[in-house]
Amino acid sequence: MIKQKATAGTLESSDIFVEIAPAEAGAGISLDLTSVVYQQFGPEIEAVIYDTLKELGVADAALTVKDRGAVDCTIRARIETAVCRGKGEE
Amino acid sequence: MSKLVSNIKEAIKLTGLKDGMTISFHHHLRNGDMVAVMVLDAICELGIKDLNVNISSVFDTHAPFIEYIRDGVVTGIETDYMGGVVGRAVSEGIMNKPVTFRTHGGRPSDIIRGASPIDVAFIAAPTSDCMGNCTGKTGKSACGSLGYAFADAMYASKTVVITDNLVEYPLVDYSIAENYVDYVVAVEKIGEPSGIVSGTTKITKDPVGLVIADYAARAIDASGLLVDGFSFQTGAGGASLAAAKYLKDIMLKKNVKGSYGLGGITSYMVDMLQCGCFKALYDVQCFDLGAVESIRTNPYHMEVTAAHYASPTAKSSAVDSLDVVILGATEIDTDFNVNVHTDSNGYIMGGSGGHSDTAAGAKMSMIVAPLSRARLPIVVDKVLCKSTPGNTVDVLVTQRGLAVNPLRNDLKDRFKDAGLPVYDIHELKEMAEKLNGVPHKPQLGDKVVANVLYRDGSLLDQIRAVK
Repeated sequence: MIKQKATAGTLESSDIFVEIAPAEAGAGISLDLTSVVYQQFGPEIEAVIYDTLKELGVADAALTVKDRGAVDCTIRARIETAVCRGKGEE
Repeated sequence: MSKLVSNIKEAIKLTGLKDGMTISFHHHLRNGDMVAVMVLDAICELGIKDLNVNISSVFDTHAPFIEYIRDGVVTGIETDYMGGVVGRAVSEGIMNKPVTFRTHGGRPSDIIRGASPIDVAFIAAPTSDCMGNCTGKTGKSACGSLGYAFADAMYASKTVVITDNLVEYPLVDYSIAENYVDYVVAVEKIGEPSGIVSGTTKITKDPVGLVIADYAARAIDASGLLVDGFSFQTGAGGASLAAAKYLKDIMLKKNVKGSYGLGGITSYMVDMLQCGCFKALYDVQCFDLGAVESIRTNPYHMEVTAAHYASPTAKSSAVDSLDVVILGATEIDTDFNVNVHTDSNGYIMGGSGGHSDTAAGAKMSMIVAPLSRARLPIVVDKVLCKSTPGNTVDVLVTQRGLAVNPLRNDLKDRFKDAGLPVYDIHELKEMAEKLNGVPHKPQLGDKVVANVLYRDGSLLDQIRAVK
């Protein structure tokens, strides 16, 4: 489970900045997403984030995500890193 | 007689400026310009309103325009380019009357043929004498060429020169002559030097940009146009400048003696002039200190008026003799139409400038751009705004390869023979979409916030408000 606040990524163009924080059991995922390409890829970005969290077994967490036009593999990598750091697995 | 007036307010009174009239400005002081806002401040204090502002480009330093639009002082804008700050407000629907976008050639054409008359022109002049002979080549706010200001000064009903370097009569090597000038005002400062010209314009170090530049230079080499007498224009963007550098290397290696370099001039073009790549430079606007120094000291680096540069109704203009131009794009569609007015969300953040003028005039017009930027493919089905019509755009150069307009199969064959990676433009689009996904179209509103006029004055496209 997410034990601590953690971040991954940058605000550079084509990157994505992810901040993850613990949430109470049963609280679910709360996602605050902003993206420079929200109009073009909003639902796709959300889907990748939720899918990656599910794959990593994260059920409860609070995420703040600032996307600068990252492609799917970058989004996955940043989420995974933030989760690992949040779990204290670094 | 004396044309010297103690301050801007007095000069405005003397011009007889009234509600509903058109005033004009030029943009050689670029993001350092203080004159347009200074004049609007004075106009506001005099209680004059409902003005139409014809300004060759709007920069972010003109952000106070937004307040003057809200207050009804400015109710119309005609321009060739609009930066993102004022552009955003316009896109959000702040104006009742749509902005009129022209090209750098269309603007003087319309002024000269009377299609867009100016009541009072305000000329920001880095040096002037008391009768209004003025230049941009000297003074603490030196900007080099005053190319865009000539039509304004010559055709406005009244012309006011505003300078921060008043010199003794007669000014030697003037650009705009006193016979067009009604009043001269000396102020403390017309511009912020750091915003007027960059110290140095830098070539990109981005490897993607360098690959694009290399392909672009090799494409020019392969085009058959790179022979003695070659003429060339390039933008000041990173990849465009890098292409100029690679092109210079090819020209020196092959000993090609070009005729002229054109456009907004950077120190890279000056360097090409000094190396003998060109006989002369035609300069409508200086982008950096090297260009300003060169236009002041080198007689082969010449100032041209905007009409001489690009007017479609002039008896001839310099773009008509142009061999190759390198241009940018925010989007290009599969019919080769190019958008340089809006970003991918539909917000205004640019304008044609000389884009469509040079594309129409040059024997080969090339768009250089990365295959995608921040997940957005450069090639789209249909551009959000048609800034330059596709039938004047010949080649797209990306880091993954080139696409040639089907109208120019002659070029396609030459590029293939030279071993350049040539694709159909649809293939480049698919490549980008494979990496990024297929973007949804942004939702735009119904209100027309800008009319985009082609260089001949006809309506090319309309820009709609952002929801």
